[in-house]
Amino acid sequence: MPQPADFGFGEEQAMLKDSARRFMEDKQPLLALRKVIAGTEDPYFGKERPGSYDREAWKEMVALGWSALAVPEAAGGVGMNLVSAVAVAEEVGRAAMPTPLTSTLQTIFVLREAATAAAENWLQQISEGKSGTLALYGKDGSHELDQSDVTAVDGRLNGTSFYVQDLQKVDFLVVAAREGDTVKLYALELSAEGVQLDFDRIVDLTRDQGRVTFNNVAAECIAEDGAATLQAALPATLTLVAADMAGASEWLLQATAEYAQIRTQFDRPIGFFQAVKHPVVNMMILADQTRSLVYAAACAYDTAPATAHRAAHLAKSSASDTAEFCANRATQLHGGIGFTWEHDVQIYHKRLIHSQHLYGDGVWQREQASKYL
Amino acid sequence: MAASETVEHKEFREYCRAWLQENRPAATVIPLPQAAYEVTHEDHKHYLVDWQAKCYEAGLIATDVDKIYGGHGHSGLQQIASSEVRRAKVPYFINWIGLGMAAPTLLAHGTESQKQTYLPPIFSAQEIWCQGFSEPGAGSDLVSLQTSAVKEGDNWIVNGSKVWTSLGQLAKWMLLLARTDKNDKYNGITYFVAPMDIPGVTVRPIHKMTGESGFNEVFLEDVVIPDHMRIDEVGAGWKVAMSTLTSERGAAAGVGAIASSESPYAAIETLIALAKEKQRNGRPIWDDPVWRDRLVKLYERIDAMSQNYRRAGVKELNGGAMRIPLQGKLNGSEIGQDLHQVALGMLGMEASLYVGDPNAIDDGRWALGYMNSYTGTISGGSSEIQRNILGERVLGMPKTK
Ligand SMILES: Cc1cc2nc3c(=O)[nH]c(=O)nc-3n(C[C@H](O)[C@H](O)[C@H](O)COP(=O)(O)OP(=O)(O)OC[C@H]3O[C@@H](n4cnc5c(N)ncnc54)[C@H](O)[C@@H]3O)c2cc1C
Repeated sequence: MPQPADFGFGEEQAMLKDSARRFMEDKQPLLALRKVIAGTEDPYFGKERPGSYDREAWKEMVALGWSALAVPEAAGGVGMNLVSAVAVAEEVGRAAMPTPLTSTLQTIFVLREAATAAAENWLQQISEGKSGTLALYGKDGSHELDQSDVTAVDGRLNGTSFYVQDLQKVDFLVVAAREGDTVKLYALELSAEGVQLDFDRIVDLTRDQGRVTFNNVAAECIAEDGAATLQAALPATLTLVAADMAGASEWLLQATAEYAQIRTQFDRPIGFFQAVKHPVVNMMILADQTRSLVYAAACAYDTAPATAHRAAHLAKSSASDTAEFCANRATQLHGGIGFTWEHDVQIYHKRLIHSQHLYGDGVWQREQASKYL
Repeated sequence: MAASETVEHKEFREYCRAWLQENRPAATVIPLPQAAYEVTHEDHKHYLVDWQAKCYEAGLIATDVDKIYGGHGHSGLQQIASSEVRRAKVPYFINWIGLGMAAPTLLAHGTESQKQTYLPPIFSAQEIWCQGFSEPGAGSDLVSLQTSAVKEGDNWIVNGSKVWTSLGQLAKWMLLLARTDKNDKYNGITYFVAPMDIPGVTVRPIHKMTGESGFNEVFLEDVVIPDHMRIDEVGAGWKVAMSTLTSERGAAAGVGAIASSESPYAAIETLIALAKEKQRNGRPIWDDPVWRDRLVKLYERIDAMSQNYRRAGVKELNGGAMRIPLQGKLNGSEIGQDLHQVALGMLGMEASLYVGDPNAIDDGRWALGYMNSYTGTISGGSSEIQRNILGERVLGMPKTK
């Protein structure tokens, strides 16, 4: 089947994206965030940072059907594809919104690929408003999908998952656990008996991350061949983060282009100087490459799975390098003001440092993509 | 530096080395910030003031300065002292603006009495200095500064505001640039020493993206500065400021300022050791050709920077007196930034962990250092401005303005 020229991005997706953008603008998530984190600034002398976020906004997003966007209709969801999910994830990134939405969307695709009755049951729960996240990493943060430090014996989990995203915001987890030579996927509520949560102190202010320690925890297996399931869902996992990054990079581009027009030095808007103008244009060139690759990757997953992995690795590779460049230039070209806590550039900059490495940076993604070339 | 080190040089080097070995201070309870730019806490201040005072007494600071100004009266030994301090990986000197900018400026432009009054407490860190150049509307375009000083009898009345003033919250004195003539852009600026602890001066800390503070807004409202605290002639401020900035950018012989404890060599060596030790995908990161290439490239650039400094001292090879020195700040700051960016890439998921996280590598120093690297590429004339200066002053290309 030939891929659609428009990435499968039709009127429905346009409306969805538009309403997502307006919703997130209305919520002013960064103003809300700043209230929550006031007083926590100093890494040595500041207060502990609470992991709070706008729960009301989350309820509204659930009511709007976004959290269950990609849940099949049979499981009570909206039944949309990855392109649609990516459209919303891009807006989450543009708003740098603290929300478990992206993690939940990633979890949906893993559950979809698991295609078991148990997985379908968890999809049903997402339709009913639950949020989820993936617990795949071991301590060393290797991006290989079979490196979990959690073991499973007779349906009981032991060990620790690291770098679990949105841990303070979600209701349940999909965990990769080793059983002999294989990796299986288990799902469980965070409130399950024997689950211990520890929250990381991270660079990114808009998300949270943590460790989950399992002390003989009973959990339900949702996929016997966990590595294959994760691998099948990997294009979605990567493309959703990349979409978030494309949105955040675009925000930095727009903020910097605008600042270059209003900040005057030497009697000229600084954008007059090519040392400013050209790097801003380079931000745009990279951001556009990323955005195109993101939609191409989503479309490939939806319509031409044989090419989906290559496309997704390229999209995340591009997103990581774009993020690094855009964050770097945005801070530099804002001068002193962009280096302050008060300015939103720093919030995006840190979100992007975090995302850059999440599920593998550019170097890693290119290594993976090479296997498909 | 010299082709063959004299006996005096050799003995002094050995003395410095032994002294630093013996007097290395115990670590602070809460780690010191990475550089003097970020010091805010009282405990850190006391600790660092004591340390600088001790180093001054031992002759590691103001080594080549005349005794009448509180110096140790040697010649050609400061460089040895400073390189030994760097090598010993001991704490930096808190009064880096005093040592790095105020002292050279005063030595070149101050009156006898100004030098004798201000210099000794700069060396001993009893009086901390800050630099009040930048304003909200005057950053890269410093000459457009608006803070005004109006003469009233023997005093100047100063009004305006400064911003990004590092160490402003701890400082006793400020190097102040103020406009004394609205109609003459370059010749309408005068240079003052401004007390920070008098009525009319309000200091408000600003937080950096790292969450640390260390720089400030400073509001000046009818601040009275006696005329004897003016440096050089009325209207000569721009010329004097240029000499301060040359010192800030490290292109002038100093009196021993050291603003951060770690040399680029130490940083890259730490990073390479980490790459050898950390396993990723079943092998040390160092065995991955991509990361090894990036690390070795950084080492090469650091080596080149160091050999540049060496060659700058060889008249027959340096291509002109200012060609290499004017590249120093640009190279140093950009290499530092790239080094930290590579570090974060190498750390992968661990790069997300920040200061205070129990699992953060080196207590989050790489993420912290990455963010603080923008201090280098923005302050003291941004990288873009440095490139303009090099293109125009060294290569003779047309001026942007
Ligand atoms: C951590 C830190 C500490 C500091 N400490 C001090 C201090 O102690 N005392 C003090 O006086 N100041 C201090 N500064 C201020 C610093 O010197 C200024 O931030 C710097 O000069 C840039 O000015 P700006 O922030 O107004 O940026 P702007 O001048 O507005 O510049 C914004 C961007 O435009 C670029 N740009 C501007 N003009 C041109 C041009 N002609 N060509 C090409 N590009 C151009 C700049 O490079 C920059 O990327 C500090 C700054 C920082 C970040």
